[in-house]
Amino acid sequence: MALRTLITRRSLGLGLGVSQSVRGLQTVSLPDLPYDYGALEPAISGEIMKLHHQKHHQTYITNYNKALEQLHEAMEKGDSSTVVKLQGAIKFNGGGHVNHSIFWKNLTPVHEGGGEPPKGSLGWAIDTHFGSMEALVAKINSEGAAVQGSGWVWLGLDKQLKKLVVETTANQDPLVTKGPNLVPLLGIDVWEHAYYLQYKNVRPDYLKNIWKVIDWKYASEVYEKECP
Amino acid sequence: MGYCCNNSFPASSHVLLTDLSQRWKCPKLQNLRHKGQFHGSQKASKVLAFYGLKAPPYKLDALEPHMSRRTLEMHWGEHHRGYVEGLNKQLEKDDVLYGHTLDELVKVTYNNGNPLPEFNNAAQVWNHDFFWESMQPGGGDMPRLGLLEQIEKDFGSFTNFKEKFLEAALTLFGSGWVWLVLKRNERCLAVVKTSNAINPIVWDDIPIISLDVWEHAYYLDYKNDKGKYANVFMNHLVSWNAAAARMARAEAFVNLGEPKIPIA
Repeated sequence: MALRTLITRRSLGLGLGVSQSVRGLQTVSLPDLPYDYGALEPAISGEIMKLHHQKHHQTYITNYNKALEQLHEAMEKGDSSTVVKLQGAIKFNGGGHVNHSIFWKNLTPVHEGGGEPPKGSLGWAIDTHFGSMEALVAKINSEGAAVQGSGWVWLGLDKQLKKLVVETTANQDPLVTKGPNLVPLLGIDVWEHAYYLQYKNVRPDYLKNIWKVIDWKYASEVYEKECP
Repeated sequence: MGYCCNNSFPASSHVLLTDLSQRWKCPKLQNLRHKGQFHGSQKASKVLAFYGLKAPPYKLDALEPHMSRRTLEMHWGEHHRGYVEGLNKQLEKDDVLYGHTLDELVKVTYNNGNPLPEFNNAAQVWNHDFFWESMQPGGGDMPRLGLLEQIEKDFGSFTNFKEKFLEAALTLFGSGWVWLVLKRNERCLAVVKTSNAINPIVWDDIPIISLDVWEHAYYLDYKNDKGKYANVFMNHLVSWNAAAARMARAEAFVNLGEPKIPIA
């Protein structure tokens, strides 16, 4: 168990887990989690983490790579209608990969600082824009609970206006689809697969508990990079 | 959504007169009630239209092992019930949407593509009623007679239809439903995917069977294996009896062609 944690720690810096080039095409691979599947209990069960990572995220990656290959072929052949037809699959599967890669970094076990509120400039920004951390959490939870069907709820930074925003996206649409200047700081997956086995249909309970394992350090790093 | 209510609603959608003494919002009357002087007109003078939770036409464990009792208890008892209660609560606020059948309510709240807030609940109530009835214990197998002929006519073969249906289930992004519909304008059967709560009746098409591919429909039994769930539905759950009855009714509205009269 410790060895595995060591190995996964090293791969933290790999970012989106980009891997081999096939005929000049860059495909992606499943990034390792920087913690064990069971490390986020009781907020998120190990069973969910394992399925979410090994099945759902992996499926998005597999299908994204497939779509990329097909896109590459279609572009080489100049087959415009296929290029356009593939956009849906690329947005969905690629978005799934992008979103989940951010999500894993948004979470961390309690003993590694999960749930600890942000200090520094992000903490100040939250108080300025939302009044308090409690207000922000309430807003994110209510918007997350209100998402109909599948989607995500985000805390984002508008890097042009230097403003924090709470947004939701449908299905696997990345935050950038809501605004080209939006940078995701925190994303919470509200697809049923993210919580169903543990919380059944009570999404509000999942949203209430996930804050205990949110990694504000990561969100602060992203924020400080955009707003030095 | 999902908060279990212990009231038992009648299992049909009627307009009912109800005693509103608990829900009366007028403060003056509330005071009177508290003072115990309010007797005569406690019997309702306001009509409330609301909808009931319809039970599936089989026991909750009748679809085992293909769809567990656990799933039915959650899916029908929590999700479907939640939509009914959510809808009733929304309708309490205003009488603009009163007096519709559920079919009408779905189309009205769809509002030609700009759905009103009640649409999600109304459509999901309709969708789930239809879904339970699209399944039966010992389902699967194949349709027969007229329905089979129509499927073969519009898809080439039953196998081809089945493939199309399963492919639709696998390629639906996010939450939604897969339908076999009779298209009114084209006058043929087709496989259609819809997102979230959308329902082919908003386009005036006639659904014949449906499959719920929201994750809550299969996650407890099949985890992320949507393909296996869809296959099991086709092979063991789908009720071609219900489909045939719906098809027969649909043919009263859609002229599928001249009957083949044998030449003497």
